[in-house]
Amino acid sequence: MEETTRAAEVSPNGHRGEEALTDVSGAPSAAPPDRGLIERVVRGIARQVQSRIPVADLDERDPDYIRENLPGLWLLASIYFRGEVRGLGNIPETGPVLLVGNHSGGNLTPDTGVFTLAFSAYFGVERAFYQLAHNLVLSMPGLSFLRKFGTVAASPENAETALADGAALLVYPGGDWEVHRPIWESHRVDFNRRKGFIRLAMEQNVPIVPVVSIGGQETAIFLSRGETLARVLMLDRLFRLKVLPISLAPPWGLNIGDMLGHIPLPAKITIEVLPPIDLREEFGADPDVDEIYDHLIRLMQETLDALAAERQLPIIG
Amino acid sequence: MRVQAQIEVSAPPELVWEMVTDPARYLHFMAGLTRWEVMSKSPRGLGARYRMLMQVRSAEVGGLIEVVEWDPPCDLAWTSVTGLDQRGRWRLRARPYNRTHVEFRLSYGVAGAGILGWVAERVAAPTVRGHLRRSLTQLKRLVEHEQLRALAAERRTKSRVA
Repeated sequence: MEETTRAAEVSPNGHRGEEALTDVSGAPSAAPPDRGLIERVVRGIARQVQSRIPVADLDERDPDYIRENLPGLWLLASIYFRGEVRGLGNIPETGPVLLVGNHSGGNLTPDTGVFTLAFSAYFGVERAFYQLAHNLVLSMPGLSFLRKFGTVAASPENAETALADGAALLVYPGGDWEVHRPIWESHRVDFNRRKGFIRLAMEQNVPIVPVVSIGGQETAIFLSRGETLARVLMLDRLFRLKVLPISLAPPWGLNIGDMLGHIPLPAKITIEVLPPIDLREEFGADPDVDEIYDHLIRLMQETLDALAAERQLPIIG
Repeated sequence: MRVQAQIEVSAPPELVWEMVTDPARYLHFMAGLTRWEVMSKSPRGLGARYRMLMQVRSAEVGGLIEVVEWDPPCDLAWTSVTGLDQRGRWRLRARPYNRTHVEFRLSYGVAGAGILGWVAERVAAPTVRGHLRRSLTQLKRLVEHEQLRALAAERRTKSRVA
């Protein structure tokens, strides 16, 4: 298989360059021969960016900080996004669990905020809850407060650490690919065949709980992922970014890259948590990853279709 | 933030007390309650603990609470152990003609939440107050209907004996 022919590459930060949870196809191959100045510059920048990726320090999560900021998050979720979260009782009360969600809303992802509020209020801030995010999110200045909420850089090592600690871990396999999908694909679950999360759940022997959300993709007018542009600018090799999104969003108007974020439109966010899936119980002692993936996508898509059917108007809900 | 609601129930305080101190009945009359489970060895009385959650717009808020005041059939008060800071009280006072004045109080907030916490408490108040009012209405209906059924059963028993 493709993954087994790739050699692992260790970055200065100790991150292995093998298949990541959010990027099946983006794992770097074994070091090619030096091809000149451009190649050296690209590698140099990539190394610099890699060195800024924080290793997961689970102790950075601060329950007191989360608790004190929940009222503000509640105001945002209740008044601005009119958030509605159903099915939290489906999440196992204790122990590690892998929450797998579809991702929407560009770089701001309002569905994550609404879900974090609901989870923390329901289970209490004492229950360890971590979220995986793209490396760039945690490297950007001004976003360090996310670590206090339990956001850690998306990598297999960080995910294993969190689950081994008995925490609930929220992952978005679709990552940057899904979160910047065009608005006409709003009601589509698209993980881009990324299956690392399934292997993680099997290795760690934790249940998968699907979390389906709708409304995030209506917070701006997303026009294109810009994957061709991202390839031409070598963003994949520099920053593990497969997309350079193009959207219309306040206050910028035309927003390319969404690196400075945007003001999200007040779309109603609805989230539904589905019953947990015990992989070995449902798929046998030696489950097939592709079968699990197809089943999960089908389940989440059906739920998303049902949520879409409830909505009468975009944004309003 | 403190919210409260009150109502007059056409039943003696002892009957109302039985209802508000029975954890098995809470989900029958408490509006907005999405979770209510006994977490202590003793299901009622001083020191009894419950895990409760109440739907307040986008979140189910609450946590572990403990009964800290137990004075039948007049006062029952609880305070939060984990979760949202809260302190609640049932206050029952006898009125003439076998009636009971029932007051339901709830103080809540998040210490250290600053100005946003202050605003959130006030924005949430109408929802919480609405839950309290509907709870009292449902409590009144439940207690009075139970009293009527008990009286009817007593009359039937007496007529059979006669």
